[in-house]
Amino acid sequence: MLSCREIVQLATEYLEGALPVQDRLRFERHIAICPACRGFLAQMRETHRLSGQVTEESLSPEAREVLLSAFRDWEREG
Amino acid sequence: MLRTARAWVGSRAVAEEVVQETWLSALRSLDRFEGRSSLKTWLFTILVNAARRQGAREDRSASFSELLAREAEAGEPEPLASRFFDAAHPRWPSCWTTVVAAWDRLPEERLLAGETRATVEAAVESLPAGQHVVFTLREFEGWSAEEVRNALEISDSNQRVLLHRARLKVRAALERYLGEDGEE
Repeated sequence: MLSCREIVQLATEYLEGALPVQDRLRFERHIAICPACRGFLAQMRETHRLSGQVTEESLSPEAREVLLSAFRDWEREG
Repeated sequence: MLRTARAWVGSRAVAEEVVQETWLSALRSLDRFEGRSSLKTWLFTILVNAARRQGAREDRSASFSELLAREAEAGEPEPLASRFFDAAHPRWPSCWTTVVAAWDRLPEERLLAGETRATVEAAVESLPAGQHVVFTLREFEGWSAEEVRNALEISDSNQRVLLHRARLKVRAALERYLGEDGEE
């Protein structure tokens, strides 16, 4: 039986589908009976989901201006 | 893109130059884009190369890949160690000492609020370089493990170790932030 500690160590390998079948089954057997580890795993999935919602910080106005003028030149040439 | 560039270069200003350079060379070579990768991946490949060249000029990353590999292989204190009972505990060896609850009872607006995003960003900002760049590419930019591995020239397991450590830290920051209401 895997310990909770081991579940934490293996969580990303599990979520990435990188665990060999045997370990995957052991992992899932633990999760099935351990509410704390289920909570932890849900938090890890949520961390992934919420991070995907972070949008790119915007460019500074000067940088944007350089890009826009480059784009205009490029359009003219094209 | 700025965040990614920052992994290689010293300052935000230089990172902005790298991003500009990326756009410019992308625009110039757009007709050579063959559609074999997504436009986004193609753009980031240009970005990573430009940032790497700039980093080499600054002599920050003569070998960034080696640096990342070393970071992945170096030990880190076990995360969450204080959250577990001792391995010799008679009843609960290596078990959690406290309840760990999913955040699914929190309202979605709270989870998607700007402050939650800011918490994630601040946590990522304070990550060591390798974890920072891997997390940024995988989670913010949505790259696959393989794309990250190839762009950074690191092994699959190193990529995963860096992602794992980064995710644990971001999770811990979210737990601290979302737990402030004192529910549970």
